[in-house]
Amino acid sequence: MDAFSQLLNGFAVALTPINLLWCLVGTTLGTAIGVLPGLGPALTIALLLPITFKVEPTAAFILFAGIYYGAMYGGSTTSILLNTPGESATIVTALEGNKMARNGRAGAALATAAIGSFVAGTIGTLGITFLAPIVVEWALKFGPADYFSLMVLAFVTVSAVLGSSAVRGLAALFFGIWLGLIGVDLQTGQARFTFGLPELLDGINVIVVAVGLFAVGETLYVGSRYRLGKDEIIPLSGSLWMTAEEWKRSWKPWLRGTAIGFPIGAMPAGGAEIPTFLSYYIEKKLTSRPQEFGKGAIEGVAGPEAANNASAAGVLVPMLTLGLPTSATAAIMLSAFQSYGINPGPLLLESQPQLVWGLIASLFIGNVMLLVLNLPLIAVWVKLLQIPAPILYAGILVFATIGTYGITQSPVDLILLYLVGGIGYLMRRYDFPAAPVIIGMILGPLAEQNFRQAMTISAGDWTVFFTRPLSAIILALAALALFGPKLYALAMRPKPDHVPGDA
Amino acid sequence: MASGGTSRGRFARLRPAIGETIIGAGVLVLAIVMVWQTLSIPVSPIYAQVGPTIVPIITALALGMLGILLLVDAVQGGWQSSEEKEVTPDRAALLWIIAGLALNVLLITWAGFTIASVILFVCVARGFGSKAIVRDALIGAAFALVAYIGFAKTLGINIGSGLVENAIERVIGSEGG
Repeated sequence: MDAFSQLLNGFAVALTPINLLWCLVGTTLGTAIGVLPGLGPALTIALLLPITFKVEPTAAFILFAGIYYGAMYGGSTTSILLNTPGESATIVTALEGNKMARNGRAGAALATAAIGSFVAGTIGTLGITFLAPIVVEWALKFGPADYFSLMVLAFVTVSAVLGSSAVRGLAALFFGIWLGLIGVDLQTGQARFTFGLPELLDGINVIVVAVGLFAVGETLYVGSRYRLGKDEIIPLSGSLWMTAEEWKRSWKPWLRGTAIGFPIGAMPAGGAEIPTFLSYYIEKKLTSRPQEFGKGAIEGVAGPEAANNASAAGVLVPMLTLGLPTSATAAIMLSAFQSYGINPGPLLLESQPQLVWGLIASLFIGNVMLLVLNLPLIAVWVKLLQIPAPILYAGILVFATIGTYGITQSPVDLILLYLVGGIGYLMRRYDFPAAPVIIGMILGPLAEQNFRQAMTISAGDWTVFFTRPLSAIILALAALALFGPKLYALAMRPKPDHVPGDA
Repeated sequence: MASGGTSRGRFARLRPAIGETIIGAGVLVLAIVMVWQTLSIPVSPIYAQVGPTIVPIITALALGMLGILLLVDAVQGGWQSSEEKEVTPDRAALLWIIAGLALNVLLITWAGFTIASVILFVCVARGFGSKAIVRDALIGAAFALVAYIGFAKTLGINIGSGLVENAIERVIGSEGG
């Protein structure tokens, strides 16, 4: 089996002492930022992007992947003990997990979350191992037009389908695409949207935007409503060893959650929220104890936590094989690839096998590390939750500032950072999603590049996107995803009376 | 986390929502500025078919359309969840944080990163209700130094220098820097 021998080579890369160390640093840091409210993996990886100038790509991506997986584990701790989801993908975990903690079963909730994450993360990583080569074989046949259509599909799903409003999601997306367009057009050398500022010729750095939205905007938002009330941390209680009954009630939801999460994550649509909600809904349907749901049912923690981690693994499939990021974190990892001059895509597995398979192997190792970090060592992370908010958020802003100012030592970048932060505050307050901005900013220029290549090949014929069968199918899917829900709602609307001839 | 519950209360209140109207108008204005900026990009005839202006124009038109849709939504009462609407932002807290950020930008170039960071730290902590200024300043200084050493030394980023940074360099004996 080819994938298997490749994976063994990957383990040889990942098991070197230095790479193990990077993995440990990544998973530890990831758990910490997952636990801390106000910090997430996208922000952390953005702040660490300058590391790409210092270390070799394999080490950097092992670090980033550790942070990415670790944040998923850590986020559940915060949801369960604080009822403030650390990450959007752990909202559902808070529903039942926090109730369990209130009933004195915090230990069991944390255990089922951590073990479920481990099961799902490991199966999900196996999924990457075997799915990635298959997708690559397909993707090698894609032309620029097909790629462009695929990106359009990803744009639609990440902005219009996943959020609470298609209009606001798309507005965030196009705002991000605009940010990505600022600077010199690489094909013609024309400056675009630079408003005569030489600082903008190189474009706006994604670090500035990610840190502005996720650190400055978030701090302003939390600060503006901080006096409203304090979160109550529920002390760690109950044994971390699950009882036989708790195991029995957990293992099926773990597997079901994985089966839901991985495929949805692996689709060019991505997103970890939908699988967690789906898993919760399914567990609620299938349980023999519906009366416990809403009061602390362990199935409602086990399933969504597994779904969340499996989809995190799934997101890496389109990211590595197509260069298509479907979450803010994946988008920032893509910009890390660009910083190395590596183009993720079907050729990545061929040209950088050490990197890809070393990364995948390190995900397996990271999962084991995370299980240890998050069960026996859980008390350490609970301590992190006790950091007072004034110090936590002041520290976040100091780090945000240094990370941004360090790029160019230009106050212009700092002013931009704070402006983006102000926009991020308004976006939070008025319910605009932030992830489409980042995805639009990173993926927008790539979409433009493919668009122009496709148009050049077709000698300026616009119909090329509809005459290539694959491209046409993908665009049809995108249209369906965008307008389908609206049309369905219209069709389902109860009609006052049957009107003949009214279709 | 997305704010839950999107009860719009369309029937209860048809007054235009001020905040949402401003945002919708802002998006529309941005789109107009983008069109104006795009039209000022000179296009060489070689690239006339797939030049540097096509995607910007599509982006501008899409944003403009979305701005109009947002305005329509805003005029019909807005989209903010009732939970969010009832919250009045804590102006004093916001002002403290913004003051910290502004002072930071002003000070960082000539006073150095550490001093600017301590002031930022104290202001933000004050915004979050902490009144122990001396304690915050000390923690802020420790934070700034850890961040400085972490970023400047480990990641090799030059974050400029000021009084404090030069002193540190002298103490730890800068390696060739």
